[in-house]
Amino acid sequence: MTTQMIDEQWQRFTFSERLARFAVYLCLVSAIVWSWQTVEVIPEFLYDAPSQFMDMFERMVPLDYTSYPISIHGAMIETLHIATLGTLFTLVLAIPLALLNAPNITPSKTLNWIAQFFLVSSRSVNSLVWALLFIALFGPGVLAGIMAIAIRSIGFVGKLLAEAIAEVNMGTIEALRATGASWGSILVKGYWPQVMPAFYSIVLFRWDINVRESAVLGLVGAGGIGVVLNDAQNLFEWQKVSMILVSIFVVVIVAEAVVIQIRNRLI
Amino acid sequence: MAGLTQGLPSKTENPFKSSWTSRAIIAVIVAYLIYSFSTLGLTFERLLIGFGESDRLLSRMFPPDFSRSGLLLSGIAESLQIAIISSFFGIVISLFLGLLAARNLMPSIVSIPVRGFIALCRSFHPVIIAILFVKAVGFGALAGILTLVFASIGFIAKLFAEAIEEISFKQVEAIRATGASFVSVIVYAVMPQVFTRFIGFASYQLDSNLRNSTMVGIVGAGGIGGTLFSAFQRFDYDFVAAILMTIIALILVGEFLSNIVRRVF
Repeated sequence: MTTQMIDEQWQRFTFSERLARFAVYLCLVSAIVWSWQTVEVIPEFLYDAPSQFMDMFERMVPLDYTSYPISIHGAMIETLHIATLGTLFTLVLAIPLALLNAPNITPSKTLNWIAQFFLVSSRSVNSLVWALLFIALFGPGVLAGIMAIAIRSIGFVGKLLAEAIAEVNMGTIEALRATGASWGSILVKGYWPQVMPAFYSIVLFRWDINVRESAVLGLVGAGGIGVVLNDAQNLFEWQKVSMILVSIFVVVIVAEAVVIQIRNRLI
Repeated sequence: MAGLTQGLPSKTENPFKSSWTSRAIIAVIVAYLIYSFSTLGLTFERLLIGFGESDRLLSRMFPPDFSRSGLLLSGIAESLQIAIISSFFGIVISLFLGLLAARNLMPSIVSIPVRGFIALCRSFHPVIIAILFVKAVGFGALAGILTLVFASIGFIAKLFAEAIEEISFKQVEAIRATGASFVSVIVYAVMPQVFTRFIGFASYQLDSNLRNSTMVGIVGAGGIGGTLFSAFQRFDYDFVAAILMTIIALILVGEFLSNIVRRVF
């Protein structure tokens, strides 16, 4: 390009950048057009949706308060147990994997990759699918739910924890090493104090997510409030369904508020 | 050496005493574990029996059965369609809602209700929204699309709003000083500052919609999830393994593509 041309016309991106952007836009538009033309949607169902929604809401109100103490409360407690035990159990598996995945603790590239593989595969499979797999192992019930939550959370907790570990200030670690401290002491006295705030916030955040996730695990039979929801729905007890939905909503909001409070106090 | 060790009596206090709070946390966790295991009726034997079954399950899952590839491909295609359409609408709606929810551009009378709506979209798990939509619009891809549109709004509109709230206001003031209209302010002052982050959020959302679109089928909202769930119920574990491997491959390809998109922008 000559200077004359540059003076005539200013362009923000180079030709290849524009070409790449254009290619991305083209791919996106063609993907949307392809999906739009081939997806099997019956438009009549969409026109019908508002009246169907009205019908559903009419069936849902008033809420069936009497069902709460009978069946919902116990199942709700069970859901909270699934979320909490799942989160605690995750730590047992996620902490070693995070240590293996952090390059400043495990210098071996191969071990980092192996840990990465486990973390990615844990995240790629949805918690409902994990629940189905664990139901095949443990039978329907709370245990399958706990395992599903635990295995599903490994990827999330392990990845974020490994990133937090990789970001620590190595000065303290070197100082500890210079005193001749053992491997365990370096981990507990050097890494842990620096990682601790991140650790607590990751765990609390995941617990919050797990409360939401464990509420639906019961739909495939893995215990908790989802089982009650599924039963109520199959029996067309819409007033009970709405009561369950409202209780899930309240529990999720309370869990989020609790997490925010603890984080503010702790970190 | 001998002189040194003499100066270190064993009575020296440990400079790193474990604090009472950490002891209390551990005690609470142990007490909780005992309590919850007893109320839920969990025993260690059940866990061991379950893990004992795992080699039987794995032997039935492998080798995966790809013979019903027609069913598999049509399910995957429907999941892809759900993910793409719902991401498109979810992102477009989120753009507007994100602008409306940004507290630095909008008066609070607009932003507070919009924020409430976004929070409502986020507080329910996609599967629960899917159940409601399956009731409203029947089984099939439409319910999945509507579900994921709502799920996308809950997540991405919030991030959009936060990104817009973090912009530098100098450029907005400069454009405003030229007498530009509101739309021009958005297009020339706000968008250039947040566009790259929007692309990042949008490609993340496409990824997550892809994951969720393989799942909403479990409650009847279209896609591969329905096929997966019925394969589970018929104990066709080799077909289950084939579906799972295809889903994981699809998700990895999706992550690869969204990395490319992020590099382009």
